[in-house]
Amino acid sequence: MIHSFGIVWLHRDLLLSGLANTIVLSVLAALSALIFGALISTVLVRRARTTAHIVRFLIDVARCTPFLLFAYIIYYGLPSLGLRFDNWGAGLLALIAYHSAYMAEILGSAWRSLPQDPIEAGHAFGYSGLRLFRRIVLPPLALNAAPVIGNQIIQIVKDSAFLTIIALPELTHAASAIQSQYFVPFAAFIIAMLLYWALCLVVEACVSTLGRMADARR
Amino acid sequence: MNTMHSPMKMDDSRAVLNIVGLSKSFGSLQVLDNVSFSVAAGETVCLLGPSGSGKSTLLRCVNWLERPDQGRILLNGAQIGISNAGVVMSDRDLATMRMRIGMVFQHFALWPHLTVLQNVIEAPVHVQRRPKEAVRAEAEALLRRVGMYEKRDAFPARLSGGQKQRVGIARALAMKPELLLFDEPTSALDPELVGEVLAVMRDLALEGMTMVVVTHEMAFARDAASRIAFMDRGTIVESAPPDVFFSAPATERARQFLQRYSAASDRSLATS
Repeated sequence: MIHSFGIVWLHRDLLLSGLANTIVLSVLAALSALIFGALISTVLVRRARTTAHIVRFLIDVARCTPFLLFAYIIYYGLPSLGLRFDNWGAGLLALIAYHSAYMAEILGSAWRSLPQDPIEAGHAFGYSGLRLFRRIVLPPLALNAAPVIGNQIIQIVKDSAFLTIIALPELTHAASAIQSQYFVPFAAFIIAMLLYWALCLVVEACVSTLGRMADARR
Repeated sequence: MNTMHSPMKMDDSRAVLNIVGLSKSFGSLQVLDNVSFSVAAGETVCLLGPSGSGKSTLLRCVNWLERPDQGRILLNGAQIGISNAGVVMSDRDLATMRMRIGMVFQHFALWPHLTVLQNVIEAPVHVQRRPKEAVRAEAEALLRRVGMYEKRDAFPARLSGGQKQRVGIARALAMKPELLLFDEPTSALDPELVGEVLAVMRDLALEGMTMVVVTHEMAFARDAASRIAFMDRGTIVESAPPDVFFSAPATERARQFLQRYSAASDRSLATS
């Protein structure tokens, strides 16, 4: 048993580069999903009905598709339509598109529950368009939605593990490579699990900082 | 004695605010019916009237928080909401007009994510693009003036209603507005906090700030207003200096309104 952990330790470089790739994937996907989700949510809260309906339909489709299937469609399905991505491109696109839908839903409902008076004051003081959103709407929105956004980012970290099926060299892929070569499944996967857990702790620490900021303003 | 001062007779060339033929309906309910109304520089006009008479809607039409159906609104000669080409302004142009008008809200409407000082600095820096250091010094002076300097680093959620409203006034003043609108600024306050807000407003009136105040505070209207505009059922029924309006209202509707008010305040005196 100790021996198998020793084997994993010998191949720590592989595991750490997998961890680094998981972090890169998760950070890029989380930031992009937040930005796209915020942009999409501005459509959701608008009164322009047809656009809102179409966007809502697309969001529902994305949310009701298992992520694994979603990744398959992008990596294996889209090339038959002439859209070809390498495994990094397909993996990132899958994570971003899928989780933008969730983020839009999260931000949209948080937006609808924001008190309207401060936003109206923003209009009265000469804010409009993007500046109104960025300065007046977004900060309280982000503070209110932080716990739910944090959950979603943890979901992004975990979903990135599925990308091992398109041979993206992330953490699960690395652990899987080590165990299949040296037959140390328990050690390799337990270590990978602990590393995922550590990532989630970082996300949770950020969320609780935001939570304290929000509490000071309530 | 001429107690009926028609708003139309005012010299419009001196007017900071000039409203002509303003109408507004919500569905089938006509809230404003062809209202014309001017405010001269340095005037404090109190809009009085029963609830539902259209006071707040009139005020909110001034900066197009409510979009009027008909009529013209001019701020120092520049039309609000409608461009020179005669079409509805773009959001950006409308925003440029709005930043010239300060507004104080019934429910304060402070930005909850910003401290007191940041609330005051926010729009002058990010909308008017004035240099931050200068704005900050002005904001601190304004907060001293409304007695909120010590609380400058507190968040709005930690303040009493009266404190919030004093910050709301400082925030509006920081824009150096040509006109200041008050939408029932003391209606959401506990009775013991009303005085501190009215004191600040009274000072502003004395200093010659141009203000339009929707209020139910009769004592304030009597002492601080330069003119009372009495509204009922969507029109300005009577416009007169406060001493005239309160001692000898020209219309029956204003008389009834004042009687109901003094009866109500007698009742509250009797029960307290």
